[in-house]
Amino acid sequence: MKLFRRKKTEILEGDLTPMIDMTFQLIAFFMLLINFSEVDRAEEITLPSSVLAIPPEVRPDYQIILNIEPGGTVIFEGQRIEKIDFMAPIFTQQVAAAAREGVTDPGEIAVVIRSHKDTPTGLVQELIAKCQDSQLESFSLRVINVN
Amino acid sequence: MRLEGSQPEDVKLNMTAMIDIVFQLLVFFIMTFKVVSMEGDFNVKMPLAGESADSIDTELPELISVRLRAGENGNIASIIVDDSQTLADNTMFVDLTEIVEEKLAGEGNPESNAETEVEFDIDYGLKYSFTVQAIEAVSGRVQSDGTVKKLIEKVKFKDSKAGG
Repeated sequence: MKLFRRKKTEILEGDLTPMIDMTFQLIAFFMLLINFSEVDRAEEITLPSSVLAIPPEVRPDYQIILNIEPGGTVIFEGQRIEKIDFMAPIFTQQVAAAAREGVTDPGEIAVVIRSHKDTPTGLVQELIAKCQDSQLESFSLRVINVN
Repeated sequence: MRLEGSQPEDVKLNMTAMIDIVFQLLVFFIMTFKVVSMEGDFNVKMPLAGESADSIDTELPELISVRLRAGENGNIASIIVDDSQTLADNTMFVDLTEIVEEKLAGEGNPESNAETEVEFDIDYGLKYSFTVQAIEAVSGRVQSDGTVKKLIEKVKFKDSKAGG
């Protein structure tokens, strides 16, 4: 006499479709929002804030983003340049690079200055003067928009 | 005669590998995601070093000169407008906005806002945040209904090569 009847084991399968749907939506969300151009923004720079600063609507044809620390160190494309005087060859390179991309007039190159809020304004002006030596004349002072 | 049709089999795909990859992608994007605060710009016009500042100034219909003087530790000490009005109290930036508004109203032409220019003469040691505050003060004002009244659009620094 058989005491126990062996039960047939069944494989339980949950419906994974909603989870996969949600996961793909999450991936799409993060893919759209991810910004790989963070190298231009130095994390250590605390920008001043303003309610009136206008977020740039159109990306210029060519732009140079310069981060400047309170001590005068300039951070450009992740590279730290300790003295503003050392920026001249970089600007020359950038003007040549812009020309290769079709921006032949250095005056059309947008120079975005991201300065720490405690940086002496004189250092910012020195940086602007150094840019002017390379015929750059279009400047934007970047701040946090608190509006 | 009855033809016995082949019974459709339940085809089951193995989803494990795909779900693994999808979760890895999700983790990657979550880990690299950063919330970035919205940034805005103040545009500054800077004539090239080769150009004569005087020749540019004479072409402008109106120029307001604003001098920002630094005090201790790079904080702002006073604002001098057109070498005549000195602002030194806590409301100096609000007062600066009012002075600019008065000057623009005095000109009578609302379109002159676009033509009038402010030239900043800033002490070397003044903290940049105060410079931005001053630029903001001349650029416009947030009104009581939340709208922004634009004032001056053209801003420039005086003699950026002066370092003393």
